[in-house]
This record gives sequence, structure tokens and C-alpha cells, in this order.
Amino acid sequence: MKQELIITPYHKLWNVDFRELWRYRDLIELFVKRNIVVQYKQTVLGPLWYLIQPVLTVIMNMIVFGGIAKMSTDGIPQPLFYMAGNVCWFYFADCLNQTSSTFTTNQQMFGKVYFPRLVVPIATVLSNLLRFGIQLALFVVMWIWFFAKGVDITLNWTLVLIPLLVIMLAGLGLGFGILISSMTTKYRDLTILFTFVVQLWMYGTPIVYPLSMVTDPTLRACILANPLTAVIEAFKYATLGQGYFSWGALGYSFAFMAVLLILGVVVFNKVQRSFMDTV
Amino acid sequence: MNAIEFENIGKQYRLGLVSSGTISHDLNRWWTMNVLRKEDPYLRIGETNDRAHRGKSDYVWALKDINFSVEEGDVVGIIGKNGAGKSTLLKLLSRVTAPTTGTIRARGRIASLLEVGTGFHPEMTGRENIYMNGAIMGMTKAEITRKLDEIVDFSGCERYIDTPVKRYSSGMTVRLGFAIAAHLEPEILVVDEVLAVGDAEFQKKAIGKMQDVSRGEGRTVLFVSHNMAAVRRLCKKGVVLANGQLHYQGEINSAIDEYMMLSFAISSGTSVANLPRTGKCSGKIKFIGIEFLDRNNMPITPHCGQFLRIRLKLNAVEKLNGCRISLGVYDMFGSILTTFPTDVTMDSFHIEKGEHYAILDIEKLPLTVGSYRLLLWSDIYKECADYIDRIIIMNVEQDDFYGLGREIPSHVFGKVVLCEHKWSV
Repeated sequence: MKQELIITPYHKLWNVDFRELWRYRDLIELFVKRNIVVQYKQTVLGPLWYLIQPVLTVIMNMIVFGGIAKMSTDGIPQPLFYMAGNVCWFYFADCLNQTSSTFTTNQQMFGKVYFPRLVVPIATVLSNLLRFGIQLALFVVMWIWFFAKGVDITLNWTLVLIPLLVIMLAGLGLGFGILISSMTTKYRDLTILFTFVVQLWMYGTPIVYPLSMVTDPTLRACILANPLTAVIEAFKYATLGQGYFSWGALGYSFAFMAVLLILGVVVFNKVQRSFMDTV
Repeated sequence: MNAIEFENIGKQYRLGLVSSGTISHDLNRWWTMNVLRKEDPYLRIGETNDRAHRGKSDYVWALKDINFSVEEGDVVGIIGKNGAGKSTLLKLLSRVTAPTTGTIRARGRIASLLEVGTGFHPEMTGRENIYMNGAIMGMTKAEITRKLDEIVDFSGCERYIDTPVKRYSSGMTVRLGFAIAAHLEPEILVVDEVLAVGDAEFQKKAIGKMQDVSRGEGRTVLFVSHNMAAVRRLCKKGVVLANGQLHYQGEINSAIDEYMMLSFAISSGTSVANLPRTGKCSGKIKFIGIEFLDRNNMPITPHCGQFLRIRLKLNAVEKLNGCRISLGVYDMFGSILTTFPTDVTMDSFHIEKGEHYAILDIEKLPLTVGSYRLLLWSDIYKECADYIDRIIIMNVEQDDFYGLGREIPSHVFGKVVLCEHKWSV
């Protein structure tokens, strides 16, 4: 049976073809492979860079926030505390940064052939999982080392939520990323703004400090409004036993992610139809 | 049964840069469409897409009012000059961008080859890239695996298949890319001018493959090319686009004739009054006609080595002094071969108001058989009066320049100026 394809200028807002996306699942897989393979090419240290980056960041955090600013880490050894926050933040920020330039970096390919454009950001988020996995493994190694040294860190049942937390990080990164990429095809001003916002955002997220340190109620409410807060605090609670765990806050983050993703996909889907004319 | 129907298709582009001017238009458009619920205010303006003329509007219609349908199993050639809208049409059909107006209905899977090897990554091997490119064009991994041997065989790159594509020659990349596309088995295959890179053997193979696809398998092919020989061989029907509009649709040979007429419309006796002008000219002396004549002022086709009279009809708006005119002869690529300015053989002349003939007699036309572009220029005290830059085409027929009964060898056709000479070896 031949499918009939109708191409018109009109476009229903909610008309996102997920079945088509599913048909292109092989392409997602190939993009993931390509992203991973291509990243190592022509580097000497290859995937080792995935470890060097968080290690240097953690050392930096220890000097600046732990050493100079003497900020609390809720009694957790500093390296472990900073690592937990950074592993999560890196994954989120990588997803956000890489998907937010989907249209501009792929315009060459998008201008020549049609396939569901969502394939590209989805593949990006999936291929970043490798890097996240490597960094998470480093965190686990550090965790075992400190545990063996007799530091009092306790695991608890919320560990089972970690896959969900990762999905939420990915969802938030993807949602913001595709929204930004859709908004910046025509007016590049926003790109400059967003780069700046993402840098500041990190400080609005409890990565180098624990949420418990924030006592001012207004400030605390602001930080809790950040959908990443609950995710990262829950991750710290699950792995280090210290942190803010609340079903309510996680539910809020999840709902935030869901709305963001829907909005992102709808806008992305609308823009993909004619972005070639304006990019 | 129609495989593709284009219904009232239009595509509007905005010229110039995206800047602060754009945002006010965007806001206005948004306001009118979403708040006032009226139609797009910028759709009504916009001009036909004439590349050479500066228009009044920032909006142009790259395509406008395109209506035609393609029957299943047809191989249709889409021809037209640069900027006629051919590629835009293919882009709409392959969903790279959406049309501004109208509807396209297509039955079956479309594979478009606007470029070969889209998504090829230089660092990955030929084999990896076959999977990548195949998947981009909508094949599943299983389908590609099934056809892998055939694809490799067709491309003729077997030896390099596990080498990164960055080590390939450009011809090999094209071969591989086309081989993948040819094995897609789409119901509709859309091919832009991609065969230009391969060598003759591969072009033959590619055209043969496209013929098989249409004849043997009853698939529909849309083929854009400037290579009329390939178009003629491959296509049964043709569509001629001109300035974004459908100029002609029909059997391929008549379509090609129409296209030739469009491009090379000017011959003896044609009015040149409405041809596009280049640069800023006063228009005080304007060329309005050109004729190729014999000694008795009878219209002829110019022949190599024979007498040719070129009679230009001009119009002067007033009594003018210090006039010069010039006629340049260029090859089809636009390189100059020779020129006939009046100030070589005479002083500047004066002219009364009204229409006049300027007559250029060439005793022995020194051009070989082929087509030439003519340039017409006039000035008054060295200030441009009229300038028609290399769009008039003159065809010259074969004849005996040297009176030796010898044929002039074909490698000089349309390229050289002959002169009387003698060799002794």
C-alpha cells in the first residue's frame, strides 16, 4: 500500500509524527554511534578527556568553594560532594549546549534531505550518556575509595530512582536545547543570551553548595523553582545520604520537564518545516 | 494514475539580510495573521523572480502558480535557466522546506538526491557511510544490509570500502552516494544535477540505472539537469520553468526546444528593445533591433567566411554629438573573441533625433561554426547610453573560410577568430 504524502504550507500545531520518528530509529542509533566514534578521532588522549575535565573541575571547586569560601558540603568529603553535583550538571549542560545548535550545525545536511529533525537532538542526548557513564564510573570509584577509608556515607533505597533522575536531566537538557535551537534559527541574538544564561544557571543550582546552606526563604524558593535542584539534590541524597529529597519537588521537576518537552517538540516541529529559509 | 500533483504551488523568499528590518515585518505578519486573522500581508506583494533586474520589492516568488502533475512511471526532466526555480521545486518536494502556497500530493516513498552522499562523514569508512546515508534517506538497517553487496558492486569502490571516505576521490564519493540512492527503491526518485561529477562511464551507468528504475520497475523519476543530452536520453516528458513560473509542459523534445528558444531567443530581426540592460545608462541612444543580412539586405544566417552585414536599429532621443557604438563578439562562456567599436575606424559621430540604422559590414566573417554572444554598447562623450551585455546569441553556420575545400576541425568550433594565413613545414 502506497502512503500518500501531502505537502502544504499549513501546519497543525500538535501534528507531531511520532510514528515516523519510530520508523527512523535505526538512524538514531547510527547517529549515536557516529557522534561517539567521531569524538575520539585525531585526539591522543581520546575518552580520557571525559575524566580529565571533571577531575580538574572538582579540584577547582575544592580550592575556590571549599578552600577559599569555606562553603559547607554537609559533612561529605569535598571531592565526592563536588563530583556528584558536577557529573549531573555536565550531563545536563552537554545535552543543552549540543542540542541548542541543532539547526545551525546541521543546516548543510538538513538542506539536502528530509528526515524527522528530532532524530538529531535525540541522538545527541543518547550519545552523551556514554560520557555521563564514564564520569559516573569515576564517581563510583571515588565513592568506594572513600567508603573503604571509613568515611561515613550511607546508601539508601532512593538509589533505584537514579535512572529516573538521569532521564529527567536528559529531558530538561533536550527540552531547553530544542527550544533554544528553534528560537535561534532566525535571530541569533538569543544564542549569545543563552550561552550567558547557562553559565549563570550553574550557580542557581546546588552543585558547589548544598541546598541546606540556603536558609533565606525567598532565595530557597528561587533555587527550588529551578527544576534541576530537586534532581541534583535527590542524586546526592541517594548516593551520599545527605541532600534534600522530596517527592513534591521531584514531581514539580518532572512536570516541568514534561511541559518543557511538549512545548519544545511542538515549536521545533513547526520551525523545522521552513527553517532553511531563514537560518 | 498521478504519482505527483503540484497544485498552485508558490514559494516566496525575502531578499537581503536578516536584520532589524526583518523583525518589524515578522511582528506585522504575526499581528495581521494571528490577531486580526487576516491573510499574510506580505504574500500579496512580491515579484516574479528575475535575477538580472533590480526589483522594487524585497520579496520575490521563487516559484509561483505551479500546476502540473506527473504520471506514475514517468521520467520528467525539469529544465530552465539558473534561478528559474528548479531546485526550489525539488526542495519543496523533498520536504527540505515548506511551500508558501499550494499543495503537493505525492503517492509513495520519495527519495531525493539533491546532493549525493548527504551525511557522509569523512572519518568513517565507506561501509559505515553506506549505513549512515541509507538511513538518512529512510532505509532501515536490515534493508541496507540486504543490499550492501549490490551497492558496493554498483559503486565500483569495493577495494576502498573499509577506508575512511576522506581518502576517496570526489568521483568515488559521488559513485558511492549515487549507488546508495539508486538502491533505495523509492516510488518516486528526485534527482538534482548530481551526475556532473562522475566520469563518462559512471554517468552512463547512472543514467542506465535511472532508466531501469523507471522502465522496468514502473517508478517515477524527476530529473533536473542542464545537460540536454542526458535529459533527452532519459526523460519522456519535460517541464520548463522560467522566472519561477511554469513555462511549458509536454513531450521532452518540444520542451527542450522551448527551453532553447527561451535561452537563445534572439536571432536576426528580433527586437532588442526590451532586453535587460546592464549598469546605469542614460538610454539616449537605445538599441531596438538587430538583423543579420547579406549584401542585398536579405536576412541570412551568418556563415563562416562569408559576407555578413549586421544592421542595428537605434533610437536617439535628441540630436546628439560625440556618439560611439560598439559590438563585441564573445564565446558562449563569455570570453571576448573580437570587438568592433566605431572609434577604431571612424571618429565619434553625431546623430539626429529618431530612429536610425547603424550598419556593420564584415567582408569575411572570421568565426567558426557555433554560437556566440554579442555585446552592444553605445556612449555619448564616453558616458554610457545603452549596454546589452552578452545576452544576444548569434549562430554561425559552417562554410569554407580558406577556400581550400577543407573542413575546419571541430576543436575550434565556437571558440576562435580565424585569420588568413599560411603554414610552411
